[in-house]
Amino acid sequence: MVEVLDLRTRLRPYRAVLASRVRSQRSYRAGFALDLLSSLLIGLIELAEIWVLFHSVVEIGGLHFTQMLLVFGLAELCYSLADLSVGHCDTLPSYVRAGTLDVFYLRPQPLLLQLITSDISLRRLARVAVGLAALVTGLVLNDIAWNVSAVVLLALAVLSGYAMFAAMFVGAAGMQFFLLDGAEATNAFVYGGRYAATQPASVWGRPIVVVFGFFFPMAFTAFLPAMALLDLPGAEWMPSWLGWCAPLAAVWAWIVALLTWRWGVRHYQGGGG
Amino acid sequence: MEPIIQMTGLGRDFHVRERLRRRKVVAVDDLTVGVEPGEAVGYIGANGAGKSTTIKMLTGILVPTRGEVRTCGLHPVRERRRLARQVGVVFGQRSQLWWDLPVQESFRILAAVHALTGEAERARTGELVEQLEMADFLTTPVRQLSLGQRMRAEVAAALLHSPRLVILDEPTIGLDVLSKQRLREFLVAERRLHGTTLLLTTHDMGDVERLCDRVLVIDRGRLAYDGDLPGLSRTVGAERVLVVDLSEPVPDLLDVPGTRHLASEGHGLRQRLAFDAEATTAARVLADVSRRAEVRDLAVEEPDIEDVVRRIYAARR
Repeated sequence: MVEVLDLRTRLRPYRAVLASRVRSQRSYRAGFALDLLSSLLIGLIELAEIWVLFHSVVEIGGLHFTQMLLVFGLAELCYSLADLSVGHCDTLPSYVRAGTLDVFYLRPQPLLLQLITSDISLRRLARVAVGLAALVTGLVLNDIAWNVSAVVLLALAVLSGYAMFAAMFVGAAGMQFFLLDGAEATNAFVYGGRYAATQPASVWGRPIVVVFGFFFPMAFTAFLPAMALLDLPGAEWMPSWLGWCAPLAAVWAWIVALLTWRWGVRHYQGGGG
Repeated sequence: MEPIIQMTGLGRDFHVRERLRRRKVVAVDDLTVGVEPGEAVGYIGANGAGKSTTIKMLTGILVPTRGEVRTCGLHPVRERRRLARQVGVVFGQRSQLWWDLPVQESFRILAAVHALTGEAERARTGELVEQLEMADFLTTPVRQLSLGQRMRAEVAAALLHSPRLVILDEPTIGLDVLSKQRLREFLVAERRLHGTTLLLTTHDMGDVERLCDRVLVIDRGRLAYDGDLPGLSRTVGAERVLVVDLSEPVPDLLDVPGTRHLASEGHGLRQRLAFDAEATTAARVLADVSRRAEVRDLAVEEPDIEDVVRRIYAARR
């Protein structure tokens, strides 16, 4: 039997689940408002951290405050969008303990797609707003030669950055099949990665460049595209033209994430690692 | 006809870490069982005997270590998604409903998950709501349901896509007598109406007696019995117990044919007699008792499943 289903029918299960999540989060208005507020505060504190740093120094890694704002805005926007849509993946152990994962096995959709679309955290919209505000401010205050290629670069950067952070969450989920109580270990990568992404890679030592520049390609989410956009030279081992390679870095991140996920699922099923 | 479940030499090991050593635990071993479409099979055994592991292998959640398994003619792991359209599973201990949504909302999502057409969805939901008497709590969020209501909703959720094979893992655990009864009646009707194959694990002999025409007993991962229920009772000699309340104290009834006196309470006002259902009948025992004393009330106790399983285990060791 060949099942020919059109796209609408294929998307129907995911849409139904996500719509119910959105409805349920909006139905507890007071709680939702509080969540939004706390999320907003976290975003603002992260921003304030950078502002405080620049109170005592003029530049960090060759970047001025406005240029840092651009890096921070880009990283924060991409990260919070990924956190909003796939951030719940790194709470996989709770899915395993509650048996939700076994229930996913009983439904005719791919496991990972079910996991990704099983929830959405609308409260993260507040951090998306912080990131967007920082990004727009950075774009306005900096001297950017606006032309078609700059716009394309910016769009590629946002999409790829989002994809890279999403991949990071998926990879973290895959890891947690092995470390059911080890959410802290993967958090180190997730939050460490996010933090690295908001930094100018020009201050990194070489080992960190290898880890967060290339293996977890965090430099590609914000720093490198920002350098290309500002027409600055970049950093050692990381010339700014690499900013155009953000989509490649995103593909790499997804390859690593999907392999990790597959490895984790095999481990869970006991079919050999 | 092709069997709906075919396990051949099926086995599954787990590796348990103890300090630095890894120890191998054999959860299921050398299981060879075929189930024909339309059968109702009770799958019983002590906790940790391997029941859940078997179910997980049947549904593609776990990969077998040894042997082969086919469910609905499909390879459960490789063809999991196709299999999911033909199998419904009720886990007594885990929910497939959305706890913060009204029951009917969960059904709507599951209808989308299984790509039911609007018409099929309405018809099937209507049928299930009526048979499982869920109309009163359709708009109640799942987290506010009583256990009995939740279980009915769980069963409906698993059966919404009209699966050919329904697997129930401890479906009646914790339910009161009435809820159990209602659920059993529903399953019997569902099977009669749609020819659904049932496989259920349970600790409740009543489930097996009222729902199943075949029993599998698993002991330490291996098949210990495969046959019908009377045969099981014959094998283990499980006895029923007749409890009689008499109108006045009577000396212990030690000489009723075909029975064994177990105990007396209240100077003989209530007496408990064990009898083998194969050798005699409750009616005959009652007649014999009535000849000796006036019976005011009576009850027949079924052999409990733990007892049956214990006897089988004892006989094998």
